[in-house]
Amino acid sequence: MTVASRREWLLSDRPESRRQARLGQIYRTWLSFKTNWLAMIGLGIVLLLCVVAVFADVIAPYDPVIGGDLRTERFLPPFTGDHLLGTDDLARDIFSRIVHGARLTLMVVALVAVIATPIGLLVGTTSGYFGGWVDTVLMRVTDIFLAFPRLILALAFVAALGPGIENAIIAIAITSWPPYARLARAETLTIRDSDYINAARLQGASSARILWGHITPLCLSSVIIRVTLDMAGIILTAAGLGFLGLGAQPPQPEWGAMIASGRRFIIDFWWVATVPGIAIFVVSLGFNLLGDGLRDVLDPKAHGNTDTAKARP
Amino acid sequence: MNALLTVKDLRIAFPSRNGPVEVVRGVNFTLGRERLGIVGESGSGKSQTGRAILGLTPSPGLATAKQLEFDGIDLRQASPATWRSLRGARMSMVMQDPKFSLNPVMTIGRQILEALKFHGRESRAASKARAMAMLEAVQIRDPERVFRAYPHELSGGMGQRAMIAMMLVSEPDLLIADEPTSALDVTVQIEVLRILDNLVSERGMGLIFISHDLRLVSSFCDRVLVMYAGKVVEELRASDLAKAQHPYTQGLMNCLPKIEGGARPLPVLQRDAAWAT
Repeated sequence: MTVASRREWLLSDRPESRRQARLGQIYRTWLSFKTNWLAMIGLGIVLLLCVVAVFADVIAPYDPVIGGDLRTERFLPPFTGDHLLGTDDLARDIFSRIVHGARLTLMVVALVAVIATPIGLLVGTTSGYFGGWVDTVLMRVTDIFLAFPRLILALAFVAALGPGIENAIIAIAITSWPPYARLARAETLTIRDSDYINAARLQGASSARILWGHITPLCLSSVIIRVTLDMAGIILTAAGLGFLGLGAQPPQPEWGAMIASGRRFIIDFWWVATVPGIAIFVVSLGFNLLGDGLRDVLDPKAHGNTDTAKARP
Repeated sequence: MNALLTVKDLRIAFPSRNGPVEVVRGVNFTLGRERLGIVGESGSGKSQTGRAILGLTPSPGLATAKQLEFDGIDLRQASPATWRSLRGARMSMVMQDPKFSLNPVMTIGRQILEALKFHGRESRAASKARAMAMLEAVQIRDPERVFRAYPHELSGGMGQRAMIAMMLVSEPDLLIADEPTSALDVTVQIEVLRILDNLVSERGMGLIFISHDLRLVSSFCDRVLVMYAGKVVEELRASDLAKAQHPYTQGLMNCLPKIEGGARPLPVLQRDAAWAT
């Protein structure tokens, strides 16, 4: 099948099979996503980050932790010799450190999303579904968490748990679930009295089953979009903790910690702190652009017929 | 007749600023394995009666009764676990509009299987075969496809039939149908009713059919309860509907247009404050 006829097949107004209709729908969503070039840039950045993280060992020309000769290879400026982005105070190749740092960044983002989303969903759906004093207690706890600035609260938790990348992840997860709980609660409130939840109850489903099997899947889409939008914030918080010396510990090549160690030399050797800063900036921008684009395409509430019309070339 | 369900002095009250408002005020009836119709105008408490029997009175409403017994089980003192074992397995309810009563993010098949999963001890394959047979019994032509479809992929009539299949698959003893056809157009209505009728007579279930359509109820049920302002004003055999004694029932009958012409203009229902007391 040629490219043109495959496209024809996907965009057919009269799909012959259910599979064709579904694939066509996905393809149309992709087309409307593609028209948003900012979102495409975001997608490109995020994909690049993933590729770099996966193949860090292959891409990085030097070891990220063990530096070169301390007498001759310290503070080499970018684009000189073998070091693409120069070297830092311990003669380590900055490019290799950035590449390996992508791994840490991606790990932080993924783990925080995996830990915080279920907590938020659980708290939100439970309080929305049961209402009454359960709702009051859970929502006041959520309010307490929301009342603190995120980084400050994370700082407090890391200080209590002890510095380290794992503890930083736990602290960020603990501080980022409240918005998801709020969102899940709001969604639950709109669907808990609907007839299909009553129908499930009529079939003899227990509360736990209704919560997990019926309400959570319905809240999932909006929560996932919110998580994607929050990923940039997670990266910034992780970098902030690293910068303050409470996140990743040296010699780990974490971007925030790299800025912190380069800060001392910023007047004479600007690239040591600037390059990881640019990396953080680019990656959080990428996640923001991607999240924004995804919301435009996937959010059922913002979805009009204009989207599909726009998708038609 | 052996009573399947006994309801004595059922009252449902909702709190309001001026004290509790009773929407159902002392309803009595017994139900055997027969088809009982409940008719009445909007707000007469017929749907609330149906929900109260299943213990689904929406909070903050409160349902009380002198006696509420299902097959020897006192429903007033039933624990949540007892309710779970009764609902779905022994009593269930067909709701008004399939658009709102089917979960939009679950396939029809999964929703049908759920009731079996709670109550049956069958294997997955056996449950699936049962669900398929049930879908066929409600005259869905391509059960395999509907089984895997999401609610938005079905028409209203198909959705309602899927809903009936979902509620009947565990073979309950009591089925409450709360205006099961009012969201459907007339041609589909008859078809759905016929299916329901067959299933009820084949399986020997008790059926409570809630509707505001007097003619539909009279042609479909064995007995009819007429409700007005939260009370049963008249109970009579469906065949004797023409001989109704109560002025409200007579008024309702007179409001129906007749094919041979009859009174013109149609009389407006005259309400009497004395009926409500």
